[in-house]
Amino acid sequence: MDIDKKIVDDLVANDVSFITTVPCKQLAGVIEEIDARKEIFHIPSNKEDEGMGLCAGAFMGGKRPAIIMQNTAIGVTINTLATLIQYYRMPLPMLISYRGELREPVACQVEMAVHTKALLAQMNIPTYHFHHQADVEELDAILKYTFMCNKPVAILTDANFWGGYGDQ
Amino acid sequence: MIRSEILKNIAPILRDQLVVCNIGIPSQELHAIDDQPSNFYMLGTMGLSSSIGLGLALAQPKPVISIDGDGSVLTNLGTLPTIANNVADNFILLIIDNGSYGSTGDQPTYAGKKTRLEKVAEACGCENVVTCQAEDTGEVLQAALDSRKMTVIVCKCESGNAKHPVITMDPVVIRDRFMKAVQA
Repeated sequence: MDIDKKIVDDLVANDVSFITTVPCKQLAGVIEEIDARKEIFHIPSNKEDEGMGLCAGAFMGGKRPAIIMQNTAIGVTINTLATLIQYYRMPLPMLISYRGELREPVACQVEMAVHTKALLAQMNIPTYHFHHQADVEELDAILKYTFMCNKPVAILTDANFWGGYGDQ
Repeated sequence: MIRSEILKNIAPILRDQLVVCNIGIPSQELHAIDDQPSNFYMLGTMGLSSSIGLGLALAQPKPVISIDGDGSVLTNLGTLPTIANNVADNFILLIIDNGSYGSTGDQPTYAGKKTRLEKVAEACGCENVVTCQAEDTGEVLQAALDSRKMTVIVCKCESGNAKHPVITMDPVVIRDRFMKAVQA
């Protein structure tokens, strides 16, 4: 299974047409696939809270948005999640590269990883953790759930899901 | 001339457009001067007026005016390269530059000191950057709308706030009526 293609197929099938991204090695293939799809407007952002602002505007303009980011961005976006996305009740699928989990080579990444789920739980953000490749089968249902309930929803994808970091 | 006087002057132009208005006193002032369903009031999230406005402009064809402040643009300076590199000709960023953080007690911003946001915007790649004095804002804003070119306006004015009540409207109501105005 081409996981990048499967993820983007699900996004397109759920009418997600406005995606903002910050760069990520694990999600590089997904970002490349997004760039290649004419159904999706791809707008890279400089910081994740900025990206959430773009998504909020796009949603009010009639598009279904999504953001692609790393879990460190949870530390950057708590205020935006609380006072914009949640306060105005907007849907936002967050496809997140979950750094600092099993098979992580960079110790510092673990420092935010240990806070990630706690912060998401504190924010009452529905959270799904993709650890095995087969977990991606739930993405379609997660996207439908997100746009049904108009909430931010986190999809954490760890290194094991992506097949490790190779020879790093 | 202070921000509230500018908003009063340009209210007849804003009335027919989609407006995303900056957090705090700017939204309170606009709400008191001329509340419209086509105004999206930010109740929190300092810095994102320009990002919300750009996302909205890219998603649909109607003109969008983001009313921002110098302090808020400094908070989210990364917005200017994003705006410059994703041209939406239905987008106008109106930066009301009073050189101070109005909502928190008029503390000076760096834009009130050595930093020139119009030059920052140009250096980021924004192609139509207009600097104007407070009195000329209406004329410049109308010209920007008529040009149908993405424009960044830096409007220089004095520091100071009008006294208006906080907005008590529910955020979901603000969002819902705004989305209906977008679709109308």
